[in-house]
Amino acid sequence: MTAHRMSNNTISKGIDWSMIILYALLVSIGLLMIFANEYKEGENIWQPIFSQNKDYGKQVLWMGVCAILGTFILLTDSKFFTATANILYVFGVLLCIAALFVGSEVKGSRSWLVLGGFRLQPSELCKVFTCLALAKFISRQETDFGKTNSQLIGAGISLLPAVITLAQNETGLALVYFSFFLVMYREGLPPFILILGFTLAVILILSLIFSPQTLFIVYAVVAAFVIFLTRGLFKRNRVLLWVIIGAWALASIISSIAMPYLINHVMKPYQRDRIYSLVGKPYVPQNLEERAELEKQKSKTKSKSHNQSEYNVIQSKIAIGSGGLFGKGYLKGTQTRYDFVPEQRTDFIFCTVGEGFGFIGSLIFLSLYAILLFRIVMIAERQRSTFSRVYAYGVASIFFFHITINICMTIGLAPVIGIPLPLISYGGSSLLTFTLLLFILIRLDADRQMILR
Amino acid sequence: MPVFNQSRKRFIQGIFIIVFLVIIGQLFHLQILSDEYGIAADRNALTKKIAYPSRGIIYDSKGRTILDNVSRFDLMVTPSQVKGADTVALCNLLQIDTAEFNKRIITAIIKNGRYRPSLFEPFITTQLQAQLTENMYKFSGFDLLDRPVRTYPYKAAAHILGYVGEVDTAIIRKSGYFYQMGDLVGRSGLEKFYEPVLMGQRGINYLVKDNKNRIQGSYKKGIFDTAAEAGRSLHISVDIELQKIAEKLLQHKIGAVVAINPKTGGILAMASGPSYFPGDLAGAEFRKNWAKLALDTARPLYNRAIKGQYPPGSTFKPLGALIALNEGLMTPSFGYGCSGAYYACRGIKVRCTHYGNGHASNLRVALANSCNSYFLHIFRMAIDNPKDNNTIKGYLRWKAYMNSFGLGVKTGIDLPSEDYASVPDTSRYNKDFGGSRRWNSCNVVTLGIGQDRMTATPLQLANMMSIIANRGYYYTPHLVDSIQDENAGDSVYLGKYRVRHNVTNIPDSSYQAVIEGMHDVTVYGTADFLHVPGVEYCAKTGTAQNPHGKNHSIFTCFAPKDNPRIAVSVVVENAGYGATWAGPIATLMLEKYLNDSLSPRSSAKLEKVSKADLIPAAIKHWYYLRDSTRNARLGVKEVNVDTIIEQPIVVPKKTTFDPEAEPERNDSSGETNLEKTPMMLPAENKQENDSTQNE
Repeated sequence: MTAHRMSNNTISKGIDWSMIILYALLVSIGLLMIFANEYKEGENIWQPIFSQNKDYGKQVLWMGVCAILGTFILLTDSKFFTATANILYVFGVLLCIAALFVGSEVKGSRSWLVLGGFRLQPSELCKVFTCLALAKFISRQETDFGKTNSQLIGAGISLLPAVITLAQNETGLALVYFSFFLVMYREGLPPFILILGFTLAVILILSLIFSPQTLFIVYAVVAAFVIFLTRGLFKRNRVLLWVIIGAWALASIISSIAMPYLINHVMKPYQRDRIYSLVGKPYVPQNLEERAELEKQKSKTKSKSHNQSEYNVIQSKIAIGSGGLFGKGYLKGTQTRYDFVPEQRTDFIFCTVGEGFGFIGSLIFLSLYAILLFRIVMIAERQRSTFSRVYAYGVASIFFFHITINICMTIGLAPVIGIPLPLISYGGSSLLTFTLLLFILIRLDADRQMILR
Repeated sequence: MPVFNQSRKRFIQGIFIIVFLVIIGQLFHLQILSDEYGIAADRNALTKKIAYPSRGIIYDSKGRTILDNVSRFDLMVTPSQVKGADTVALCNLLQIDTAEFNKRIITAIIKNGRYRPSLFEPFITTQLQAQLTENMYKFSGFDLLDRPVRTYPYKAAAHILGYVGEVDTAIIRKSGYFYQMGDLVGRSGLEKFYEPVLMGQRGINYLVKDNKNRIQGSYKKGIFDTAAEAGRSLHISVDIELQKIAEKLLQHKIGAVVAINPKTGGILAMASGPSYFPGDLAGAEFRKNWAKLALDTARPLYNRAIKGQYPPGSTFKPLGALIALNEGLMTPSFGYGCSGAYYACRGIKVRCTHYGNGHASNLRVALANSCNSYFLHIFRMAIDNPKDNNTIKGYLRWKAYMNSFGLGVKTGIDLPSEDYASVPDTSRYNKDFGGSRRWNSCNVVTLGIGQDRMTATPLQLANMMSIIANRGYYYTPHLVDSIQDENAGDSVYLGKYRVRHNVTNIPDSSYQAVIEGMHDVTVYGTADFLHVPGVEYCAKTGTAQNPHGKNHSIFTCFAPKDNPRIAVSVVVENAGYGATWAGPIATLMLEKYLNDSLSPRSSAKLEKVSKADLIPAAIKHWYYLRDSTRNARLGVKEVNVDTIIEQPIVVPKKTTFDPEAEPERNDSSGETNLEKTPMMLPAENKQENDSTQNE
C-alpha cells in the first residue's frame, strides 16, 4: 500500500498537469471532429470502435496506444533520452532512407513503412529524434553555439532528415524541419538569418496570393511604421534608415517584378498552374498557345492533383466561412458532413471546427493552442538544463509550424502542403509523434532540477 | 541557470502572437465579413425539389367536367451526373439514337447549365414511365418529374379555357422570379385570367445532398418545406352542350357566337371560328401545333367573340330608337316617309332595302323592316338635339348612351385581352374633318345604322341585347360563377360580377316599344322565316358593310320575349344578309337552350348550316399555297383535283403563226385554258414554245 503510493508519487512528482490536461482536451476535440465527419444519422455510434471500420474507431485505438506510450515515457528515466538521442537520430535517419527504398507508395510519396498490417511514416517520427539530437548537440559542453561552425552543424542535423523527406516527395513534412531554426535562433543563431528566411518565405507566399499593387502598398505601410518606431535611432545610425528603405525596395521588387517574371517567363505553364493552385487561385492562361500547352500537359499527365488542391482550398474556405459567428452547431455542418471538403479528417480537419462552431469556436480552439505554445515556452525557460530547454523549444517550434501552416492552408493563406494539425488530425503516426514529443517534454520537465547533457 | 539570449524568448512569443493574430484576422474576414461563403455552402449542399400541384379543374353550369388533368411525367436530366448512365438502354426506351441523345444533353447544358436539371423528354407516356421507373438505377443523372397535363373531355371551348405553356423570360421577370424556367403557366383564356387560383401552391422540399449529388435527406427535418396545394376548381356558367353546338355551327366559317344569360350576366356559350381542338395545345402536342396555329392566316387562336371588331350594322337600331325615345325627340308612333333611300343630307344617299309606302310608319314597323332612312333620321335628331343645339355636345350626349350600353368600353369579362372596339370620340371626327365646327350630324349620319367608325365586339352586342331584354339593367358578362372554397380574397375576381348595373333611367315603356318592334322582326320582319318552336323571341338582323369584301352577317336576339333567359349575338364574316347565316345559327342556339333539344327539322338545319363553307376565297388560297409549298418541300407529288378545278390557270399561247403563209391552219384561238398545277407549268409551257418554233 505504502509502496504503491510511493511509486505513484515518483511518477507524478514534478509532472506539469496543465500540459496533460491540454493534451487530453485537444485529443478529445480531435476525436469529436473526426466523428462529426463520419457520423451518419441513425448509425450505431459504438460499433465502429470495435469493428475498426471507421476512422474515428481507429483513432480511439490510437488514443489507447498513445495513452500507454505516454505512461511508459513518464515512467522512463530522463537520462534515457539524453543517452540515446544520437542513436535514435541515426536510427530515425536510417528508417527514413529505408522507407525511400523499400517503402510503399501512398498518394505519390514513398514515405511509408509497412510492417505486417501496421503502417508507419518514419519521417514523422524522425522529428522527435532530430529534436532530441539537436538538443543533445547544443547541450554538449564543448559546443559553443555562438560560433558559426556549431551553427552549421546544428543546421546540418536539422536538415538532413528534411533532405531525405524531400526525396520521399513529402514536401510538407520536409518543411517542418526548417522550424528548428527558431530553436537555433533562441540558442544564439544571428537573428538576421531568421528574419531574412521568414520574411522571404512570407513575401513569396504573399506574392502568389495578392496582387503586386496591393503588396506594394502593404510594404510601404509596414516600412513607414517601422521607420516611425525606430525614428529615435536614426540620429546615431543613418545606415538603419537606408537598410529599412532598401528592404522595402527589395520586397517590392521581388513581389512586383521578380516573382511575376519568374512565374511568367521562366516557369512552364503547368508549373505556373501548379504554383497558383497551391494557394487556391485558378491560373488563367494568358494566351491561346499557353492554354493549348497547358491542356496538352494536363491530358498527358492525367493527374488532377494540382487542380484538386485548388478545389480543396475553395471548399475549405466555404466550409469555414459558412460557419459565421457562432457556427452551424456540432454535426450540423453541411460542407464537412457531406464530403464537400476533401481530406477533411486529416489535413482539413480545421474546417469542421470552423463550420460547426464559427468564429467564436475557432477563437476558443486557437486559444487552446496558444495556451499550449506559451506553456511550452514557459516550461522551456524554467529548465536548468540546456538539453531540456532546447528540446522544449524544438517541441514548441514543431507545434507552431504545424498549427500555422495547417490552419493557414485551410483559410487560404498558405500553400496546400499536406501536414496534419497536431493532436487533432486523424492518423496514427501523427498522433504518436506529437504524443512522444509532448510526453518526453513532460518527463524532462518533471526532472527540471537535474542537469542533463 | 541564467541563460544568455533569454530576451529572445520575447521575440519568439511575439512571432506566435503575430501569426495567431493573422489567422484570427483571416477567420474574421471569412466568417464575419463575407457572407458569400454561407451562400456557397447552401448552394453546394441544398437542393430544392419542387412538387407541382395539379391545376384546378373547370366544371360547366351543370357540373360536367370540361377541363381535367391527367398525370404525365417529364424526364429530366442533370448533365453533370450523367456519367456511367446506360445511354444505349435509355436511347432504346425513348427510341432515339445516340446522336440525338448527345444533342439533347448539349442543349440542356446550354439552356440550364451542367448542374441544374433540364427537360430531356417531356410528357412520358404511362407505359414508358413504368419502364423507366423500373430501370432508373441505370440512368444516373436522370429523374422523372410528375407533371399533370390538361385534358378536355368534351373537346370544346378552346377559346374560353385557353391553354398553358412554358413560361418565357418576360413572364419570369414580371412575376418577380416566382416562376422558373420550365414552369407551366396559363397563356390565354381562363387559364391565364385565373392563373393564381388554378395554379395552386407549389410545394418546395429542401433536400441535402453530398459532394456526389446523392440525396442525404431533408434539410433540418423539413421545417422549411411547404406542401403542394392543388389548384382550386372553377364553376363556369357555360353550358358545354350549347357550346358544342355553337362551335359546330361555326365550322368552316369565320365569326363568333356569344350567348348570355341576361338574368345573371353568365356566358352560356362563346365560340369563335375558326377554332382549334384544345388538346392540340396540351402537353407534348403544344410544341407540334402552336407555331402552325399561330401562323395560320385565319388566326384560329384569336378569340373573335371578345376581340373581333365588327360594325354592328342594323343591330344597332334598337339602341338608336331607345336614345331618341328617352331624349323625348320622338314617340313610338313617330313615322318617316321613306321612298327607298335617305336624301336629307346633301351629297349623301343611303339606300334602304324597302321602298313601299308605310314601311316606316311607326317605330315597330320601322324596326321590323329595318328601315335605314327612319333610323338615320332619328340619329340626326339625337345629334342635333334641341337641348344642346351643338353638334359636339349632342354627339357627346349620344356617346354617353352608347358607353352606358357597354359599347366602346370593355365589358369587363373574365378573359384576358378583351377589346373595347370603337365608339369614336369627337376628337377623332375633329381630326377627320379638320376641326370641331367642320362636321355635323350629316357627316356622321351612317352611325345611325351602326356603320361609319362604330364597331363592337360580338360580346358587346350580346351584352347590349341582354340590357334590352332586361329592360335596362345588366350584370357584367362573365364566365366564372364560383370558385371552389371561395374566400374573401376571391372578390377581386368575382365581386364585380355580382353587382347589378342599371343603364340610365330609360322608362320601361320605351323598352317595351323597342321590344315589340324586335318581336315583329321575327313575325313579319327581316327574320320572319326563322322560328323557334314554342318560343316567342325578339331579334334584330344586321348586315354590316365591310370595305374589304362581302358584308358581314350579324344577328342579335333574345328569348323568350317576356322574362328572357338567353340573349345571343352572332357574327359571320363575309356571309351576306344577317338573316341568311347568322340568323339560323342564333335561332338554333335559342332552341337548344330553351327547349333543351332540337326538333328533327332543326337538327337537319343544324347539319346543313354546320356543313356550309363560308371561308373567303383569299384565305382558302392561302391554305392552298401553304399546303402546296409544304408538299413540295416534302416531295409529295399528289395533286388535289378539287383545287385545280377551282383555280383554272389561263396561259396565253404564244404563236408565230402567219395566216398568210399557212391559210389552212385552223389554230387561231390564241388562248388555251390549261388546268394544270403550277408546279407542272413551266416545263409544259416551254415544250409548247419549242414545238411552235419548230413548225
